[in-house]
Amino acid sequence: MAFYRSHVLVSVDPECVKRGAHQIIDALNDELVAQGLIDEIQVLETSRIGDPVLFGPDIIVYPEGVHYACLSPDDIPYLVEEHFLKGRIVEKFRAQEKKIVDEELGAPKAKEVRVVLRNCGVIDPNNIEDYIAEDGYMALAKVLSDMTPEQVIDEVTRSGLRGRGGAGFLTGRKWQFCRNSQADMKYIVCNADEGDPGAFMNRRVLESDPHSVIEGMIIAAYAIGARQGYIYCRAEYPLAVKTLNIAIKQAREFGFLGENILGTGFSFDLEVRQGAGAFVCGEETALMASIEGRRGEPRPRPPFPAVSGLWGKPTNINNVETYANVPQIILKGADWFASMGTEKSKGTKTFALAGDVKHTGLIEVPLGITLREIVYDVGGGIKDDKGFKAIQTGGPMGGCLPAEFLDLPVDYESLTQAGSIMGSGGMVVMDEETCMVDIARFFMEFTQEESCGKCTPCRIGTRRLLEILTRICEGKGEDGDIERLEELCDQIRTASLCGLGQGAPNPVASTLKYFRHEYEAHIYEKRCPAKVCRALITYEIVPETCTGCTVCARNCPVNAITGERRQPHKIDPDICVRCGICMQVCNFNAIVIN
Amino acid sequence: MSNEQPNGKNILEIVRHAVEVHGKTREELIPILQEINRQYGFIPSQGLEEVARLLQIPKSQVFSVATFYHMLNVKEMGRHIILFCESAPCHVVGGREVWRRLKQELKIDAGETTPDKKWSLVTVSCLGVCGVGPVIVIDEDMYGNVTPEMIPDILARYN
Repeated sequence: MAFYRSHVLVSVDPECVKRGAHQIIDALNDELVAQGLIDEIQVLETSRIGDPVLFGPDIIVYPEGVHYACLSPDDIPYLVEEHFLKGRIVEKFRAQEKKIVDEELGAPKAKEVRVVLRNCGVIDPNNIEDYIAEDGYMALAKVLSDMTPEQVIDEVTRSGLRGRGGAGFLTGRKWQFCRNSQADMKYIVCNADEGDPGAFMNRRVLESDPHSVIEGMIIAAYAIGARQGYIYCRAEYPLAVKTLNIAIKQAREFGFLGENILGTGFSFDLEVRQGAGAFVCGEETALMASIEGRRGEPRPRPPFPAVSGLWGKPTNINNVETYANVPQIILKGADWFASMGTEKSKGTKTFALAGDVKHTGLIEVPLGITLREIVYDVGGGIKDDKGFKAIQTGGPMGGCLPAEFLDLPVDYESLTQAGSIMGSGGMVVMDEETCMVDIARFFMEFTQEESCGKCTPCRIGTRRLLEILTRICEGKGEDGDIERLEELCDQIRTASLCGLGQGAPNPVASTLKYFRHEYEAHIYEKRCPAKVCRALITYEIVPETCTGCTVCARNCPVNAITGERRQPHKIDPDICVRCGICMQVCNFNAIVIN
Repeated sequence: MSNEQPNGKNILEIVRHAVEVHGKTREELIPILQEINRQYGFIPSQGLEEVARLLQIPKSQVFSVATFYHMLNVKEMGRHIILFCESAPCHVVGGREVWRRLKQELKIDAGETTPDKKWSLVTVSCLGVCGVGPVIVIDEDMYGNVTPEMIPDILARYN
């Protein structure tokens, strides 16, 4: 292994590439060759440093950790001479200090415990040696040399690790089922298509620490006796696909994949399959259909994939986060993992915190933490110090929970009991200015569009739900609509074929349960309490505040605003299309919604 | 029907090349279609027929797969493709207003292409950058924290 005294990480974030990151890399390499330093200093690509929009293209020099920004190829000869030859930091190229942090992850926040994300932003995902330096592939070596497949399954079972994709099935038991199936060929699949909208932790792990997923998959393959594996990755994540392919190639070169792994006679190989933009493919049977080259439509279970999966062979499917936990469990032991979390939900869980919260981004917390701790301690509270209205967990199949659930401990059972789900870990915080009927309608628009159409309850049921919700939002709600919605939710839930349909009514059912008064206000009083639904609001100009600057009138696309210069203006509600442009452009906050 | 397109690429050559690279098996159907889509911008029916012929899969099945996935286009797309993230995190932080403004500026709806073939407007379920919503992606450029007022400026960067 070559030894370098210094490593230069160049950000190849799309924005940096646009601003010439590759030219910087070329210039660096040319100059290092010219100065005779190429054997001492290694130039590497990394996904992101600081804020590419402000500082790109930028580099970090290790071991000093100096962050240089806004570089152009012309700066490089001087930089190389000063920094690498003479050992002097070039102050004029340095980025402002605090921008070095990885914005998406940052330093661990209060109450965070990082197991799955421990290497993210710390190691170079494109360099397997970085991963090995963090005890990477140690668990694999331990498993292959000291443990029988049964012992591996036993360890994973005892740890209490449950599937992080949402349903929360005990991982060890799932592996056991697949091990028990007799067949000449078995498969391991990683579901990396599960990015529920609003849940980007899987992308982050794949892009920043792909080897932990690969190592987890190899261990699973050994445990159940599989020879071939697939990682089915969302096409929306091109960088993840690229990083995975590099990681797999390197793992092969190091003998962790392929024939006779680490000389133990065990063979296993991996391939990346790209999704093509179908949400339903996160469902395991649909995903398998897609790998086989068919439409990604789910089929009824049983038979479960553990018995009959890809091409009819036993197949074990877990998601990214589940696999990424496995090496740590093997290395540190089941007891260590089981010491975190609650009685039935062990370990940590990553969540993607988004919406009206101060600190959005990825977090990893021990299960059993309360929603309040997540929103206020980790997330820093509601943006602009507005009031909390609801938190939506579990993606489009999840539910919206109101403030009285803030002290609910987050685990699989409690969330389900409250009418939501864990899902793959999306969390959307909503402030008091959110209309819950509109949110329910929004989710239904999504599921209705993403329904694969194979089964009727899901295809037609969600469409009917959407129609009713749209009517309510348009101010055409009728007496009996609420009951109709409830009945439909029940029917879709019980009669649908897969998780998408079974979970689809959750946003509607949970908002009906906890925010029924908003539905009633829409239907009976023709009023949107949050002032969001366009048909139920009017824009008005407050004469006292209006200065008659005419900006609103000039920007109104339908000429609904009239008035003399320097005189208060008026909006004609019959012409107004409620686009809200006037409110955006008004410099005097003179326009209000009623 | 001519198999030459304005961009000068020959669809049959692209199909044959994609099939050669990936292999003539059923499980490579989606990767092959993705490759053609990437090379040609969309998959014209002539291309789909050629895939069916080479892979010995019924035409109906190739069409059915190609139309199932959002990222495979069977209609010609504009020069620039705008992906609008319609996930909940983007929605609650103002995605709706951005969407309205986009439609207003381009005068097309989701899934449509402007008559001058400059723009196509596509909605996607999640681009995985929810921390900086609302998000749009134009070709390969990502824009986060987008507000309606930014739309005209962003669009003006493309020709």
